[in-house]
Amino acid sequence: MTNSSSNTTVEMTGPRGAKPKRALSPRNIMIYGVLLVVACYYLLPLYVMIATSLKGMPEIRLGNIFAPPVDITFEPWVKAWSQACTGLNCEGLSRGFWNSVRILIPSVAISILIASVNGYALANWKFKGAEVFFTILIFGAFIPYQIMIYPMVIFLRELGLFGKLGGLVLVHTVFGMPILTLLFRNYFTSLPEELFKAARVDGAGFWGIYFRIMLPMSIPIFVVAMILQVTGIWNDFLFGVIYTKPDAYPMTVQLNNIVNSVQGVKEYNVNMAATLLTGVVPLVIYFASGKLFVRGIAAGAVKG
Amino acid sequence: MAQSTRPNRLFRNLNAKIAALPMIATALVVFIGFTVWTIVHSFTKSKLLPKLDFVGFAQYERLWGTRRWLVSIENLAFYGISSLVFSLTIGFLLACLLDQKIRFENTFRTIILYPFALSFIVTGLVWQWILNPEFGVQNIVRSLGFSEFVFDPLYNADVVIFGILIAGLWQGTGFIMVIMLAGLRGIDQEIWKASRIDGIPSWKTYIFVVIPMMRPVFITALVLIAAGIVKVYDLVVAQTNGGPGNASEVPAKYVYDMMFKNQNLGQGFAASTVMLLSVLVILIPWAYLEFGGRKGDK
Amino acid sequence: MNSLKKLLVATTAICSVTAGAFATDLEVTHWWTSGGEAAAVAEFAKAFNATGNNWVDGAIAGGGGVARPVIISRILGGDPMGATQLNHGRQAEELVEAGLMLDLTDIATEGGWRDIVNPTGLLDSCTVDGKIYCVPVNIHSWQWIWLSHKAFADAGVDVPSNWDEFTASADALVAAGKTPLAMGQQSWQSSGAFGVINVAIGGLDLWTKINVNKDAEAAAGPEMAKVFEAYGAARVLSEGSNVQDWNQATNMVITGEAGGQIMGDWAQGEFQVAGQTAGVDYTCLPGLGVNEIISTGGDAFYFPKNDDPEVTAAQKELAKLMISKPVQVAFNLKKGSLPVRGDIDMSTANDCMQKGLEILAAGNIMPDGNQVLSADTSGQIEDLMVEFWNDTSMTPAEAQAAYAAIIAEAD
Repeated sequence: MTNSSSNTTVEMTGPRGAKPKRALSPRNIMIYGVLLVVACYYLLPLYVMIATSLKGMPEIRLGNIFAPPVDITFEPWVKAWSQACTGLNCEGLSRGFWNSVRILIPSVAISILIASVNGYALANWKFKGAEVFFTILIFGAFIPYQIMIYPMVIFLRELGLFGKLGGLVLVHTVFGMPILTLLFRNYFTSLPEELFKAARVDGAGFWGIYFRIMLPMSIPIFVVAMILQVTGIWNDFLFGVIYTKPDAYPMTVQLNNIVNSVQGVKEYNVNMAATLLTGVVPLVIYFASGKLFVRGIAAGAVKG
Repeated sequence: MAQSTRPNRLFRNLNAKIAALPMIATALVVFIGFTVWTIVHSFTKSKLLPKLDFVGFAQYERLWGTRRWLVSIENLAFYGISSLVFSLTIGFLLACLLDQKIRFENTFRTIILYPFALSFIVTGLVWQWILNPEFGVQNIVRSLGFSEFVFDPLYNADVVIFGILIAGLWQGTGFIMVIMLAGLRGIDQEIWKASRIDGIPSWKTYIFVVIPMMRPVFITALVLIAAGIVKVYDLVVAQTNGGPGNASEVPAKYVYDMMFKNQNLGQGFAASTVMLLSVLVILIPWAYLEFGGRKGDK
Repeated sequence: MNSLKKLLVATTAICSVTAGAFATDLEVTHWWTSGGEAAAVAEFAKAFNATGNNWVDGAIAGGGGVARPVIISRILGGDPMGATQLNHGRQAEELVEAGLMLDLTDIATEGGWRDIVNPTGLLDSCTVDGKIYCVPVNIHSWQWIWLSHKAFADAGVDVPSNWDEFTASADALVAAGKTPLAMGQQSWQSSGAFGVINVAIGGLDLWTKINVNKDAEAAAGPEMAKVFEAYGAARVLSEGSNVQDWNQATNMVITGEAGGQIMGDWAQGEFQVAGQTAGVDYTCLPGLGVNEIISTGGDAFYFPKNDDPEVTAAQKELAKLMISKPVQVAFNLKKGSLPVRGDIDMSTANDCMQKGLEILAAGNIMPDGNQVLSADTSGQIEDLMVEFWNDTSMTPAEAQAAYAAIIAEAD
């Protein structure tokens, strides 16, 4: 991987290898041409969302959706964020945003903490039967959620957690566990064993090694796990709709609600602004994290 | 570990066992317990509340006699196969393009992958808007003078599933591309040198050398896509809500509607059990290949 | 200690004098999110807040099909709301049987609900084993068609006065670029329209035989075949109506894009919000103008059991309030529905509501589908009807066969 990226920088300074490359060779024109078309296709929806959200309703009705906004207005954004109604609640998406934040922070923290300790135990402190549970866990990742929805309702009711924040945190922790545990286990396994052994010789115990050696060494994988969980939990719809109540609805559920609460005519501009607002958090994380995001999903997937 | 005292097998390595408790509980209670519970109740005639009134396979008989379920299965099969084929092909081709030592590789990759960060709800709503016949693509082509042009996949029962497929592919192919790209980067550079020396054209190298070498990557991608497909729910809810008619219904939605809307838990459980079975059909051969293969290597 | 207690008692006494009761938050879930509906539910909230309590609105968008699951799973999950809308009838049957709902018999006897609720069938739907578990708040009849004067004027034909005239004028509407019949995509809409056509074409007896007595033979019979033919003819009239929600379809009638819509009387609220006048801008025909009848479905509020006595008190307060005279008038005028009590003055109601009230007074009533069919059966019929409506390759005969099979299995 490092090879190829360094190659490109080398090429910048001068030709290398057998054939000097011309910038405008037919081959290059084709490659870049295809990539540009593909890039346009992928960017189109984002553009349409932004353009629509900045138009007024009359302009939407007259123009086409790909036309750039003529008369830019931020009113749809304001409306989507703080005024759009579902029933008597006209607080817009802002309520859902804060709900999502409230769900997100403990869910991400707890699920990562538990999964990292799990992964650590699996990688460095193998005990009898551990592999069996781990296999079940990985299989569990593929079980359709639908089969576990209802028993989970009963389970949460018995724990008195149904409809409460804690309930949803538990659900996210449980269903995020397979992929996260896998991620951490693989990472800890890849660390040099000598480190672990040396620490053992020094008399460090289970938690000592975890906090003093493993944790500091695995900041990148924690970041990767965080990215994975933040986007995953932020984007969740199914659990949000089943295990919470209207005043605790996460943003995705509320978005769907607002878009489906039509009063008179559909306000497409407000809908698109709301849609964009819901997508902003994962997008920011994605663009800010760049390679780590890619590394996270690639590591989680390829090694799995 | 040798110097640790071992008074009792159970207490050996106790901290690790305590640390793994959440995992053990999840595996046993949730993944096994819940699944068994649902399967058992799929043989009952539970309505709004789960009851152990066994009725044998009656729920399954009704399931397979219900048009909506059959449509759901058909849709899932079509959506599943198409999205497997398209995302693997497109993902691989895009990965190959990006692997040509091009400039702006990061930019292109970022652009192609960003939809993956968005939720299915967002994806569904955007594409619902773009495919809206009154304002979207159809309207634009018509305004160019083709007044008879029809492109309303979300309102045409015969092709609505394509509308969902377009959205699903837009969201997910970037992910497959990244996996493929990682796979391509993992291939030994010597192979390229060797094939260049032998004068083999690069497309041939891709098909006959690289793809076979990337078999595990393809299988991983396949399993990931397949597992995701069975769970398809949010996308359909946001984009079409199953319509027009029942034309874009999917099994996951059937389960939800049966359990909570029709107040027929038994039926919902039966449907979800069938979903589980279909996942196992994909998963077991994969696990066999994966783990069976590994043992062979040792 | 004792003096402290006295002080507490004194303060609570003051509170109860000023506020009438403890200020309790009561979360109320419902699926009234359209313009007219939101205006109506605001009347409840206003009245409830005036008692010193606090109405916490829990609106769930997407109609009953989306909202009911959320409501029911919350009750089952042991995290019930203070009160919830449900269509009275069989939807809450099992929840009541499982003892999850508050028994309202005491306040019902105290308020003399038996005597004031008209028709009494509404209260029967709330009754399980002689006890009352819900408050009916309105009567909603499905049996209406709404016609746009503008659309017919544009097409140059008279506003029809019954279903036959309506279908006859369809060609003129199409020629004028209109959609004759507006219909949303949600399954309950096509299923509801089927019920209306069923009664109008096949008559009430046939409807009763099938829906109440679950007579599968009648469902497969020749008279029902006529109903299916008519229903199949109706679906052709809705081609080009690509909207999702019922109120978007109503909006097509309001703007004159569509000739008419078969929809319950809640559509009236939308006309009102749009500032239209019955008889001038739109016409309403009960029973499709064929036989004037009102179905007495409607909305009711259930109050899930709660351990907190304060909440229980607030629940009962709200229940009493919902059926009280002023609230009934205010709510139903906004909602476009008929009040559940016959002893109030509805003279300010518009033409369409007056028509409805007359039919009601004359006793031409029938139960609503939700009152006689289980959620499961209704759901299956909805699935069938929405499929038929959208899939033109499905023949009326095929649909009828599937329908008869559902009725045969119905409980």
